[in-house]
Amino acid sequence: MGGFFPEAILFDGTWFEFNRVQLVRLIVLAVVLIAMCIIASRAKLVPGRVQSVIELVIDFVNNNIIANTLGLKDGKRFAPMLITMFFFILSMNLAGVIPGLNLAGTSVIGLPLLLALWTFVTYVGAGIKKHGFLGYLKAETMPPGIPWPIYILLIPIELLQVVVIRWASLTIRLLANMVAGHMMIVVFIGMTHALLFSGDWLIAISPFAGAMAIGIYGFEIFVGALQAFIFTMLTAVYIQLATSDEH
Amino acid sequence: MILAEAGGEVPGWRLLIPLPEEIVWSAIFLLIFVLVFMKFVLPRMNAVLDERSEKIEGGIRNAEKVQEQVDQLKSDQEQELAAARQEAASIREKARADGQKIVDEARTRADSENERVLATGRQQLSAERIAASTELRGEVGTLASDLASKIVGESLTDDERSRRVIDRFLDDLESSQTTTR
Repeated sequence: MGGFFPEAILFDGTWFEFNRVQLVRLIVLAVVLIAMCIIASRAKLVPGRVQSVIELVIDFVNNNIIANTLGLKDGKRFAPMLITMFFFILSMNLAGVIPGLNLAGTSVIGLPLLLALWTFVTYVGAGIKKHGFLGYLKAETMPPGIPWPIYILLIPIELLQVVVIRWASLTIRLLANMVAGHMMIVVFIGMTHALLFSGDWLIAISPFAGAMAIGIYGFEIFVGALQAFIFTMLTAVYIQLATSDEH
Repeated sequence: MILAEAGGEVPGWRLLIPLPEEIVWSAIFLLIFVLVFMKFVLPRMNAVLDERSEKIEGGIRNAEKVQEQVDQLKSDQEQELAAARQEAASIREKARADGQKIVDEARTRADSENERVLATGRQQLSAERIAASTELRGEVGTLASDLASKIVGESLTDDERSRRVIDRFLDDLESSQTTTR
Protein backbone atom coordinates (compact mmCIF):
# COMPACT_ATOMS: atom_id res chain seq x y z
CA MET A 1 0.00 0.00 0.00
CA GLY A 2 2.92 2.25 0.64
CA GLY A 3 3.74 2.14 -3.06
CA PHE A 4 0.89 4.51 -3.70
CA PHE A 5 2.23 6.99 -1.13
CA PRO A 6 5.93 7.26 -1.80
CA GLU A 7 8.15 9.73 -0.07
CA ALA A 8 8.62 13.14 -1.49
CA ILE A 9 11.47 13.89 -3.85
CA LEU A 10 11.04 17.65 -4.09
CA PHE A 11 9.13 20.38 -2.32
CA ASP A 12 8.32 18.16 0.68
CA GLY A 13 5.46 19.45 2.78
CA THR A 14 4.18 22.00 0.28
CA TRP A 15 1.26 21.76 -2.10
CA PHE A 16 3.80 21.02 -4.82
CA GLU A 17 5.26 17.94 -3.15
CA PHE A 18 6.80 15.92 -5.97
CA ASN A 19 7.04 12.19 -5.40
CA ARG A 20 7.59 9.04 -7.42
CA VAL A 21 4.00 8.93 -8.67
CA GLN A 22 4.31 12.39 -10.14
CA LEU A 23 7.66 11.47 -11.64
CA VAL A 24 6.07 8.49 -13.36
CA ARG A 25 3.29 10.71 -14.65
CA LEU A 26 5.74 13.34 -15.82
CA ILE A 27 7.81 10.78 -17.71
CA VAL A 28 4.77 9.27 -19.36
CA LEU A 29 3.44 12.70 -20.20
CA ALA A 30 6.71 13.84 -21.70
CA VAL A 31 7.30 10.67 -23.71
CA VAL A 32 3.76 10.42 -25.05
CA LEU A 33 3.45 14.08 -25.90
CA ILE A 34 6.83 14.29 -27.60
CA ALA A 35 6.14 11.13 -29.55
CA MET A 36 2.69 12.28 -30.55
CA CYS A 37 3.96 15.70 -31.59
CA ILE A 38 6.64 14.14 -33.74
CA ILE A 39 4.14 11.77 -35.32
CA ALA A 40 1.61 14.52 -35.86
CA SER A 41 4.09 16.94 -37.36
CA ARG A 42 5.33 14.28 -39.73
CA ALA A 43 1.85 13.03 -40.57
CA LYS A 44 1.58 12.29 -44.25
CA LEU A 45 -1.23 11.46 -46.59
CA VAL A 46 0.15 7.98 -47.04
CA PRO A 47 0.77 6.90 -43.45
CA GLY A 48 3.84 5.16 -42.18
CA ARG A 49 3.62 2.34 -39.66
CA VAL A 50 3.54 4.41 -36.49
CA GLN A 51 1.13 6.91 -37.95
CA SER A 52 -1.14 4.03 -38.99
CA VAL A 53 -1.26 2.76 -35.43
CA ILE A 54 -2.18 6.18 -34.07
CA GLU A 55 -4.80 6.60 -36.78
CA LEU A 56 -6.13 3.17 -35.93
CA VAL A 57 -6.66 4.25 -32.32
CA ILE A 58 -8.31 7.52 -33.37
CA ASP A 59 -10.55 5.62 -35.76
CA PHE A 60 -11.36 3.14 -33.02
CA VAL A 61 -12.54 5.92 -30.71
CA ASN A 62 -14.38 7.60 -33.55
CA ASN A 63 -16.17 4.51 -34.78
CA ASN A 64 -16.67 2.37 -31.70
CA ILE A 65 -17.27 4.99 -29.06
CA ILE A 66 -18.43 8.23 -30.63
CA ALA A 67 -20.40 7.04 -33.64
CA ASN A 68 -22.21 4.39 -31.59
CA THR A 69 -23.35 6.69 -28.82
CA LEU A 70 -23.39 10.32 -29.87
CA GLY A 71 -23.79 9.79 -33.58
CA LEU A 72 -21.74 11.54 -36.20
CA LYS A 73 -23.27 15.02 -35.91
CA ASP A 74 -23.15 15.48 -32.15
CA GLY A 75 -20.01 13.41 -31.96
CA LYS A 76 -18.01 15.94 -33.96
CA ARG A 77 -18.32 18.43 -31.10
CA PHE A 78 -17.04 16.08 -28.43
CA ALA A 79 -14.63 14.00 -30.48
CA PRO A 80 -11.47 15.95 -29.55
CA MET A 81 -12.25 15.64 -25.86
CA LEU A 82 -13.04 11.95 -26.04
CA ILE A 83 -10.04 11.07 -28.16
CA THR A 84 -7.74 13.06 -25.87
CA MET A 85 -9.28 11.36 -22.87
CA PHE A 86 -8.78 7.93 -24.36
CA PHE A 87 -5.16 8.55 -25.23
CA PHE A 88 -4.43 10.06 -21.84
CA ILE A 89 -6.00 7.27 -19.80
CA LEU A 90 -4.50 4.60 -22.03
CA SER A 91 -0.98 5.94 -21.73
CA MET A 92 -1.29 6.52 -17.98
CA ASN A 93 -2.74 3.04 -17.47
CA LEU A 94 -0.01 1.39 -19.50
CA ALA A 95 2.64 3.05 -17.38
CA GLY A 96 1.76 0.37 -14.83
CA VAL A 97 3.22 -2.38 -17.01
CA ILE A 98 6.30 -0.57 -18.22
CA PRO A 99 9.35 -1.85 -16.39
CA GLY A 100 11.02 0.90 -14.42
CA LEU A 101 7.82 2.93 -14.10
CA ASN A 102 5.78 0.03 -12.67
CA LEU A 103 2.95 2.25 -11.52
CA ALA A 104 -0.08 3.35 -13.47
CA GLY A 105 -0.50 7.12 -13.46
CA THR A 106 -4.16 6.56 -12.83
CA SER A 107 -3.65 4.35 -9.80
CA VAL A 108 -3.54 7.33 -7.45
CA ILE A 109 -6.77 9.18 -7.06
CA GLY A 110 -5.86 12.58 -8.48
CA LEU A 111 -6.05 11.77 -12.18
CA PRO A 112 -9.16 9.57 -12.13
CA LEU A 113 -10.96 12.17 -10.04
CA LEU A 114 -10.04 15.07 -12.29
CA LEU A 115 -10.91 13.09 -15.40
CA ALA A 116 -14.28 12.15 -13.93
CA LEU A 117 -14.95 15.75 -12.96
CA TRP A 118 -14.05 16.81 -16.47
CA THR A 119 -16.68 14.36 -17.70
CA PHE A 120 -19.17 15.69 -15.14
CA VAL A 121 -18.64 19.30 -16.12
CA THR A 122 -18.85 18.43 -19.78
CA TYR A 123 -22.11 16.52 -19.66
CA VAL A 124 -23.80 18.95 -17.29
CA GLY A 125 -22.62 21.84 -19.45
CA ALA A 126 -23.83 20.18 -22.62
CA GLY A 127 -27.17 19.37 -21.03
CA ILE A 128 -27.75 22.89 -19.72
CA LYS A 129 -26.72 24.38 -23.02
CA LYS A 130 -29.22 22.19 -24.79
CA HIS A 131 -32.23 22.23 -22.44
CA GLY A 132 -31.60 25.15 -20.08
CA PHE A 133 -30.95 24.58 -16.39
CA LEU A 134 -34.44 23.48 -15.31
CA GLY A 135 -35.07 21.74 -18.57
CA TYR A 136 -31.92 19.76 -18.11
CA LEU A 137 -32.84 18.78 -14.55
CA LYS A 138 -36.25 17.72 -15.76
CA ALA A 139 -34.85 15.76 -18.69
CA GLU A 140 -32.41 13.89 -16.47
CA THR A 141 -34.58 13.28 -13.43
CA MET A 142 -38.06 12.87 -14.87
CA PRO A 143 -38.02 10.30 -17.63
CA PRO A 144 -41.37 10.43 -19.46
CA GLY A 145 -43.86 7.59 -19.54
CA ILE A 146 -43.90 6.86 -15.82
CA PRO A 147 -46.89 7.32 -13.47
CA TRP A 148 -46.34 10.38 -11.29
CA PRO A 149 -46.09 8.70 -7.84
CA ILE A 150 -42.96 6.98 -8.99
CA TYR A 151 -41.35 10.39 -9.45
CA ILE A 152 -41.25 10.86 -5.68
CA LEU A 153 -38.92 7.93 -5.57
CA LEU A 154 -37.22 8.51 -8.87
CA ILE A 155 -36.30 12.18 -8.70
CA PRO A 156 -33.93 11.92 -5.68
CA ILE A 157 -32.32 8.81 -7.10
CA GLU A 158 -31.80 10.29 -10.53
CA LEU A 159 -30.59 13.55 -9.08
CA LEU A 160 -28.09 11.77 -6.89
CA GLN A 161 -27.06 9.72 -9.87
CA VAL A 162 -26.45 12.75 -12.07
CA VAL A 163 -24.79 14.90 -9.45
CA VAL A 164 -22.63 12.39 -7.62
CA ILE A 165 -22.81 8.77 -8.59
CA ARG A 166 -21.76 9.06 -12.20
CA TRP A 167 -18.47 10.81 -11.71
CA ALA A 168 -17.76 9.04 -8.42
CA SER A 169 -18.25 5.66 -10.04
CA LEU A 170 -16.05 6.65 -12.95
CA THR A 171 -13.31 7.67 -10.53
CA ILE A 172 -13.53 4.59 -8.38
CA ARG A 173 -13.84 2.18 -11.29
CA LEU A 174 -10.68 3.41 -12.91
CA LEU A 175 -8.78 3.86 -9.66
CA ALA A 176 -9.74 0.49 -8.23
CA ASN A 177 -8.87 -1.36 -11.41
CA MET A 178 -5.45 0.18 -11.59
CA VAL A 179 -4.77 -0.25 -7.85
CA ALA A 180 -5.91 -3.85 -7.97
CA GLY A 181 -3.77 -4.55 -11.02
CA HIS A 182 -0.73 -3.10 -9.34
CA MET A 183 -1.41 -5.06 -6.14
CA MET A 184 -1.83 -8.31 -8.03
CA ILE A 185 1.46 -7.90 -9.82
CA VAL A 186 3.14 -6.98 -6.55
CA VAL A 187 1.59 -9.97 -4.79
CA PHE A 188 2.58 -12.51 -7.42
CA ILE A 189 6.07 -11.19 -7.95
CA GLY A 190 6.51 -10.97 -4.19
CA MET A 191 5.24 -14.49 -3.81
CA THR A 192 7.60 -15.81 -6.46
CA HIS A 193 10.39 -14.03 -4.74
CA ALA A 194 9.47 -15.34 -1.28
CA LEU A 195 8.98 -18.91 -2.49
CA LEU A 196 12.21 -18.95 -4.47
CA PHE A 197 14.25 -17.85 -1.47
CA SER A 198 12.35 -19.88 1.12
CA GLY A 199 15.08 -22.49 1.08
CA ASP A 200 12.92 -25.63 1.30
CA TRP A 201 10.54 -27.59 -1.00
CA LEU A 202 8.40 -24.49 -1.60
CA ILE A 203 10.98 -23.50 -4.22
CA ALA A 204 9.28 -26.02 -6.51
CA ILE A 205 6.11 -23.93 -6.56
CA SER A 206 7.83 -20.68 -7.35
CA PRO A 207 7.80 -21.16 -11.19
CA PHE A 208 4.00 -21.35 -11.09
CA ALA A 209 3.81 -18.16 -9.11
CA GLY A 210 6.19 -16.58 -11.62
CA ALA A 211 4.05 -17.77 -14.51
CA MET A 212 1.03 -16.29 -12.77
CA ALA A 213 2.87 -13.00 -12.41
CA ILE A 214 3.59 -12.95 -16.14
CA GLY A 215 -0.01 -13.84 -16.86
CA ILE A 216 -1.25 -11.05 -14.64
CA TYR A 217 1.17 -8.74 -16.37
CA GLY A 218 -0.42 -9.53 -19.73
CA PHE A 219 -3.84 -9.20 -18.17
CA GLU A 220 -2.91 -5.76 -16.89
CA ILE A 221 -2.15 -4.57 -20.42
CA PHE A 222 -5.62 -5.72 -21.40
CA VAL A 223 -7.24 -4.11 -18.35
CA GLY A 224 -5.43 -0.85 -18.99
CA ALA A 225 -6.84 -0.67 -22.52
CA LEU A 226 -10.24 -1.87 -21.39
CA GLN A 227 -10.54 0.73 -18.64
CA ALA A 228 -9.54 3.49 -21.02
CA PHE A 229 -12.26 2.26 -23.35
CA ILE A 230 -14.89 2.01 -20.61
CA PHE A 231 -14.12 5.42 -19.19
CA THR A 232 -14.35 7.08 -22.59
CA MET A 233 -17.40 5.09 -23.54
CA LEU A 234 -19.25 6.05 -20.35
CA THR A 235 -18.31 9.68 -20.83
CA ALA A 236 -19.79 9.54 -24.31
CA VAL A 237 -22.92 7.84 -22.98
CA TYR A 238 -23.38 10.45 -20.25
CA ILE A 239 -23.01 13.25 -22.76
CA GLN A 240 -25.50 11.51 -24.99
CA LEU A 241 -27.97 11.13 -22.11
CA ALA A 242 -27.61 14.81 -21.27
CA THR A 243 -28.03 16.08 -24.83
CA SER A 244 -30.58 13.62 -26.18
CA ASP A 245 -34.13 14.85 -26.70
CA GLU A 246 -35.74 12.09 -24.70
CA HIS A 247 -34.81 8.87 -23.04
CA MET B 1 9.61 -7.82 2.03
CA ILE B 2 7.41 -5.96 -0.43
CA LEU B 3 4.25 -7.57 0.92
CA ALA B 4 5.12 -6.78 4.48
CA GLU B 5 5.99 -3.26 3.50
CA ALA B 6 2.73 -2.93 1.55
CA GLY B 7 0.62 -4.36 4.34
CA GLY B 8 1.56 -2.01 7.09
CA GLU B 9 1.66 1.62 7.72
CA VAL B 10 -0.97 3.09 5.33
CA PRO B 11 -4.67 2.33 5.86
CA GLY B 12 -6.66 1.45 2.72
CA TRP B 13 -9.17 4.30 2.87
CA ARG B 14 -6.40 6.75 2.23
CA LEU B 15 -6.42 5.63 -1.37
CA LEU B 16 -9.70 7.48 -1.82
CA ILE B 17 -8.64 10.74 -0.20
CA PRO B 18 -7.04 13.11 -2.67
CA LEU B 19 -4.21 15.12 -1.16
CA PRO B 20 -3.71 18.72 -2.29
CA GLU B 21 -0.36 18.08 -3.94
CA GLU B 22 -1.81 15.09 -5.76
CA ILE B 23 -4.59 17.24 -7.17
CA VAL B 24 -2.21 20.05 -8.10
CA TRP B 25 0.15 17.85 -10.03
CA SER B 26 -2.64 15.85 -11.63
CA ALA B 27 -4.27 19.06 -12.78
CA ILE B 28 -1.02 20.37 -14.19
CA PHE B 29 -0.32 17.15 -16.08
CA LEU B 30 -3.85 16.83 -17.34
CA LEU B 31 -3.90 20.43 -18.47
CA ILE B 32 -0.62 20.13 -20.32
CA PHE B 33 -1.68 16.93 -21.99
CA VAL B 34 -5.07 18.25 -22.99
CA LEU B 35 -3.69 21.52 -24.30
CA VAL B 36 -0.99 19.92 -26.40
CA PHE B 37 -3.30 17.21 -27.65
CA MET B 38 -6.24 19.41 -28.52
CA LYS B 39 -4.28 22.34 -29.88
CA PHE B 40 -1.64 20.57 -31.85
CA VAL B 41 -1.81 16.79 -32.19
CA LEU B 42 -5.47 16.24 -32.98
CA PRO B 43 -5.91 19.10 -35.46
CA ARG B 44 -2.85 17.88 -37.35
CA MET B 45 -4.03 14.28 -37.38
CA ASN B 46 -7.58 15.26 -38.30
CA ALA B 47 -6.34 17.44 -41.10
CA VAL B 48 -4.40 14.53 -42.53
CA LEU B 49 -7.30 12.13 -42.05
CA ASP B 50 -9.77 14.55 -43.62
CA GLU B 51 -7.47 15.25 -46.49
CA ARG B 52 -7.08 11.57 -47.13
CA SER B 53 -10.79 10.81 -47.01
CA GLU B 54 -11.40 13.80 -49.25
CA LYS B 55 -8.86 12.51 -51.69
CA ILE B 56 -10.39 9.05 -51.65
CA GLU B 57 -13.85 10.48 -52.11
CA GLY B 58 -12.58 12.67 -54.93
CA GLY B 59 -11.06 9.60 -56.55
CA ILE B 60 -14.28 7.68 -56.23
CA ARG B 61 -16.29 10.58 -57.61
CA ASN B 62 -13.86 10.91 -60.48
CA ALA B 63 -14.16 7.24 -61.25
CA GLU B 64 -17.93 7.53 -61.22
CA LYS B 65 -17.80 10.46 -63.61
CA VAL B 66 -15.53 8.59 -65.98
CA GLN B 67 -17.81 5.58 -65.78
CA GLU B 68 -20.77 7.79 -66.62
CA GLN B 69 -18.95 9.19 -69.61
CA VAL B 70 -18.09 5.73 -70.78
CA ASP B 71 -21.70 4.66 -70.46
CA GLN B 72 -22.82 7.73 -72.35
CA LEU B 73 -20.34 7.07 -75.13
CA LYS B 74 -21.37 3.47 -75.29
CA SER B 75 -25.06 4.25 -75.61
CA ASP B 76 -24.30 6.93 -78.18
CA GLN B 77 -22.30 4.48 -80.17
CA GLU B 78 -25.05 1.92 -80.00
CA GLN B 79 -27.58 4.48 -81.12
CA GLU B 80 -25.41 5.49 -84.01
CA LEU B 81 -24.86 1.89 -84.94
CA ALA B 82 -28.58 1.21 -84.90
CA ALA B 83 -29.25 4.30 -86.99
CA ALA B 84 -26.59 3.28 -89.48
CA ARG B 85 -28.04 -0.19 -89.68
CA GLN B 86 -31.49 1.22 -90.30
CA GLU B 87 -30.19 3.53 -92.97
CA ALA B 88 -28.38 0.69 -94.66
CA ALA B 89 -31.56 -1.36 -94.64
CA SER B 90 -33.58 1.47 -96.16
CA ILE B 91 -30.94 2.06 -98.79
CA ARG B 92 -31.00 -1.61 -99.68
CA GLU B 93 -34.76 -1.54 -99.84
CA LYS B 94 -34.70 1.48 -102.11
CA ALA B 95 -32.09 -0.09 -104.35
CA ARG B 96 -34.20 -3.19 -104.66
CA ALA B 97 -37.27 -1.10 -105.57
CA ASP B 98 -35.25 0.90 -108.08
CA GLY B 99 -33.94 -2.26 -109.64
CA GLN B 100 -37.43 -3.60 -109.91
CA LYS B 101 -38.58 -0.40 -111.53
CA ILE B 102 -35.72 -0.44 -114.02
CA VAL B 103 -36.45 -4.02 -114.94
CA ASP B 104 -40.12 -3.21 -115.41
CA GLU B 105 -39.35 -0.22 -117.56
CA ALA B 106 -36.95 -2.22 -119.65
CA ARG B 107 -39.54 -4.92 -120.07
CA THR B 108 -42.27 -2.50 -121.23
CA ARG B 109 -39.86 -0.77 -123.55
CA ALA B 110 -38.83 -4.11 -125.01
CA ASP B 111 -42.47 -5.07 -125.43
CA SER B 112 -43.35 -1.90 -127.30
CA GLU B 113 -40.23 -2.22 -129.46
CA ASN B 114 -41.21 -5.74 -130.21
CA GLU B 115 -44.66 -4.66 -131.25
CA ARG B 116 -43.31 -1.92 -133.37
CA VAL B 117 -40.84 -4.19 -135.15
CA LEU B 118 -43.55 -6.75 -135.67
CA ALA B 119 -45.93 -4.14 -137.10
CA THR B 120 -43.31 -2.80 -139.46
CA GLY B 121 -42.50 -6.32 -140.63
CA ARG B 122 -46.09 -7.04 -141.25
CA GLN B 123 -46.56 -3.83 -143.20
CA GLN B 124 -43.49 -4.50 -145.27
CA LEU B 125 -44.61 -8.00 -145.90
CA SER B 126 -48.02 -6.93 -147.15
CA ALA B 127 -46.51 -4.19 -149.30
CA GLU B 128 -44.13 -6.65 -150.83
CA ARG B 129 -46.90 -9.08 -151.43
CA ILE B 130 -48.95 -6.43 -153.18
CA ALA B 131 -45.94 -5.46 -155.28
CA ALA B 132 -45.22 -9.06 -156.10
CA SER B 133 -48.77 -9.80 -157.08
CA THR B 134 -48.93 -6.66 -159.28
CA GLU B 135 -45.69 -7.65 -160.93
CA LEU B 136 -46.77 -11.20 -161.29
CA ARG B 137 -49.98 -10.17 -162.87
CA GLY B 138 -48.11 -8.36 -165.62
CA GLU B 139 -45.59 -11.11 -166.12
CA VAL B 140 -48.09 -13.93 -166.04
CA GLY B 141 -50.15 -12.12 -168.65
CA THR B 142 -47.17 -11.76 -170.96
CA LEU B 143 -46.01 -15.31 -170.37
CA ALA B 144 -49.46 -16.72 -170.96
CA SER B 145 -50.00 -14.68 -174.07
CA ASP B 146 -46.60 -15.75 -175.35
CA LEU B 147 -47.36 -19.32 -174.63
CA ALA B 148 -50.82 -19.11 -176.20
CA SER B 149 -49.49 -17.35 -179.28
CA LYS B 150 -46.91 -20.03 -179.64
CA ILE B 151 -49.59 -22.64 -179.40
CA VAL B 152 -52.21 -21.08 -181.71
CA GLY B 153 -49.83 -19.43 -184.10
CA GLU B 154 -49.67 -16.07 -185.63
CA SER B 155 -53.39 -15.47 -185.63
CA LEU B 156 -53.44 -14.20 -182.19
CA THR B 157 -50.69 -11.59 -182.50
CA ASP B 158 -53.20 -8.88 -183.00
CA ASP B 159 -52.55 -6.84 -179.86
CA GLU B 160 -55.95 -5.45 -179.35
CA ARG B 161 -57.62 -8.78 -179.31
CA SER B 162 -55.08 -10.62 -177.39
CA ARG B 163 -55.13 -8.04 -174.59
CA ARG B 164 -58.84 -8.39 -174.36
CA VAL B 165 -58.60 -12.17 -174.20
CA ILE B 166 -55.92 -12.06 -171.57
CA ASP B 167 -57.79 -9.61 -169.42
CA ARG B 168 -60.82 -11.74 -169.59
CA PHE B 169 -58.82 -14.77 -168.70
CA LEU B 170 -57.22 -13.05 -165.77
CA ASP B 171 -60.49 -11.70 -164.52
CA ASP B 172 -61.87 -15.17 -164.62
CA LEU B 173 -58.83 -16.41 -162.80
CA GLU B 174 -59.17 -13.76 -160.16
CA SER B 175 -62.87 -14.33 -159.67
CA SER B 176 -62.32 -18.05 -159.39
CA GLN B 177 -59.58 -17.32 -156.89
CA THR B 178 -61.85 -15.18 -154.73
CA THR B 179 -64.56 -17.75 -154.80
CA THR B 180 -62.22 -20.54 -153.82
CA ARG B 181 -60.66 -18.53 -151.01
